[in-house]
Amino acid sequence: MATPENKLAFDGGWQYSPAPESTDHVKIKKTYELFIGGEFVAPVQGKYFDTINPATEEKLSKVALASAADVDKAVKAARKAFVGWSRLKPAERGKYIFRIARILQERSREFAVIESLDGGKPIRESRDVDVPLAAAHFFYYAGWADKLEYAFPGRAVKPLGVAGQIIPWNFPLLMAAWKIAPALACGNTVVLKPAETTPLTALKLAEVIADAGLPPGVVNIVTGAGETGAAIVNHPGFDKIAFTGSTDVGRIIQKALAGSNKKYTLELGGKAANIIFADAAIDEAVEGIVNGIFFNQGHVCCAGSRLLVQEPVADAVIRKLRDRMETLIVGDPLDKNTDIGAINSKQQLETIKSYLAIGQEEGSEMFQSSCAVPKRGYWCRPTIFTGVSQSNRVVQEEIFGPVLAIQTFRTFDEALIKANNTPYGLSGGVWTDKGSKIFKMTQSIRAGVVWANTFNKFDPTSPFGGNKESGVGREGGMHGLDAYLKLGG
Amino acid sequence: MANTTKKGAKRLAVAKTYKIFIGGQFPRTESARYYALEDKHGAVIANICRSSRKDFRNAIVAARGAQAGWAKASAYLRGQILYRIAEMLEGRREQFVAELKLQGVAQRTAEKEVDATIDRLVYFAGWADKYQQVFSSVNPVASAHFNFSVLEPTGVVAILAPEKSGLLGLVSNIAPAIVGGNACVALASESKPLCAVSFAEVLHASDVPAGVVNILTGYRSELTGQFASHMDVNAIIYCDGDRQTDRAVQIAAADNIKRVLRRTDIDWSNDSSQHPYLVRDTQEVKTTWHPIGT
Repeated sequence: MATPENKLAFDGGWQYSPAPESTDHVKIKKTYELFIGGEFVAPVQGKYFDTINPATEEKLSKVALASAADVDKAVKAARKAFVGWSRLKPAERGKYIFRIARILQERSREFAVIESLDGGKPIRESRDVDVPLAAAHFFYYAGWADKLEYAFPGRAVKPLGVAGQIIPWNFPLLMAAWKIAPALACGNTVVLKPAETTPLTALKLAEVIADAGLPPGVVNIVTGAGETGAAIVNHPGFDKIAFTGSTDVGRIIQKALAGSNKKYTLELGGKAANIIFADAAIDEAVEGIVNGIFFNQGHVCCAGSRLLVQEPVADAVIRKLRDRMETLIVGDPLDKNTDIGAINSKQQLETIKSYLAIGQEEGSEMFQSSCAVPKRGYWCRPTIFTGVSQSNRVVQEEIFGPVLAIQTFRTFDEALIKANNTPYGLSGGVWTDKGSKIFKMTQSIRAGVVWANTFNKFDPTSPFGGNKESGVGREGGMHGLDAYLKLGG
Repeated sequence: MANTTKKGAKRLAVAKTYKIFIGGQFPRTESARYYALEDKHGAVIANICRSSRKDFRNAIVAARGAQAGWAKASAYLRGQILYRIAEMLEGRREQFVAELKLQGVAQRTAEKEVDATIDRLVYFAGWADKYQQVFSSVNPVASAHFNFSVLEPTGVVAILAPEKSGLLGLVSNIAPAIVGGNACVALASESKPLCAVSFAEVLHASDVPAGVVNILTGYRSELTGQFASHMDVNAIIYCDGDRQTDRAVQIAAADNIKRVLRRTDIDWSNDSSQHPYLVRDTQEVKTTWHPIGT
């Protein structure tokens, strides 16, 4: 006899009152110039582009568009600064970086609000994840500056020189911290290019760097889109290129750097499997699935974008997941109740929509939560696909949105084979109450980061990076130093 | 053909057929092509297999098939197997010295190269259960998680071995790759291939699982592109490439984001060329998180 489902009444008519974070303490200039040689300077060609708020489609500011000539100026400034910076007493170098961490902490709320305004992510995440982690990253690497000889036994270490760093729009400030902090601690100087849709927090970071009194040219920030990035990759004055972004662009960069002797690290795409065994704590696992794919609107390279769920619990997990999805609040990124903010750009929204169409054309069943979304701005309701097969594009390709492909499995081996069957190898997740099964699976997943009974956790002490086509090298932790040092005999 | 019988001896020497080594077996190249290895007087020492793209692909299939099992072998076992290779090589020391001499190396230099090769294998055998301890970490994350980073093999490694150092150079690149649980396919020195083939025979007798090491001979100019572009190769080590080859290898390698390791101008006979960073070069750092509970 069928029994009624024990279901919480999420749709019981309750409405959350809006709880918007205030913006009156935030200073955004009308125009931002390039940060080169310790000063904000106008771009050589005098061109600018707008950065908009993806939640309202309103213009936030006008930002300088750096050309190859500007990149060249930045490289020269960084090269000049390298002489002094690399010879500075390491402990002093570290103290400058500690200062950056402290000022970021002091100004954390302002950074969080601007991050949410410019990128569309919920204030809860920018406030609790992006900004504190960025500060922590500077704090962590600051302390390495005078201890580098302990990180590489038997080797003498030297800085590389000038690093060109290109970062994406999903964690704008955090990615800047990931790139700049270890580079500076190791004695390098940098030219950093934030993404064209999210340049503001990097430019605010330039203010912090100036306030911290760093010598001019140690950090240079040039804004622009793909062409500016190409100018960095192709400039002969760099000793190192660090890139975070898509695998397609990573491939182009790796080819462009061929024969150049430039060191490089690439943090590229992913299509992580989040594997739920029947003996997992199901409610916790459902929270892990939600965090894995809906955190930051799914704009996460290590997102758990494939769910592999063991057959005996598949129906229950999917039912609970759908119920949970109905409770997620999509909307104003500045509202502290918001779970899922705005899609970062119109272009990205179109990419996601094209995959929603592809998934349906491939014959999968699509479910989206029924929540209301604002009229203006770029939004995507949390989405799952069931009835997908391994060869489907929504299973194989990175969507970079709040879209989850769900597959089932029977045996451990089937789960493992499916998990490893993509060209990517960035991250993975395992949910089970059995310790030996955790270790067996975490050892067998071919990925650089594996979360067991948790997902999407980050820490400055924890190395991050991918295997296979998800990239080359690691960032974070002691292992992340390697990317910015020459190891001598 | 190689003729190691002394002049005037009545018995006709049995010359060895130099074949390639794929999946634990010694086939001839499927292409049935060869090149003649000549001594400095122009006399033919041996006909060497001129391996084809197909041979390389077969070797990669063998390597991929063997890699996971080899990586699962205990560090202790991998160390013992590397040590076993050294033992087998020691026992065949005279043969290798003779082959090096056939390829124009002086007696004293040949002895030194063989001895150094044996010692290098012992050196890396000893690293098998130690590099992990040197290069891994427990990371003090700020949240209530146990977090640790360990090394795992990159996977299948393609090696374009040093041209000048036919035995020592080859082994100095194979040993650190396999001690870390990778499988490899190596292209032997084109001008000094004899010891590479004989080394495959040593491997065969050393409990190295079939497919973990595969050794091809042939034209580097013909095979470099294949080594660099194959989509089931995870890392490429190429020794002594010129600038143009550097570029070509790296461009082709980018198709599947291979790790590209360029080893140029290294004096493999110098002990400073041996260090655990060669092992680390073909390893991936894996970080695992688990809640601790509060």
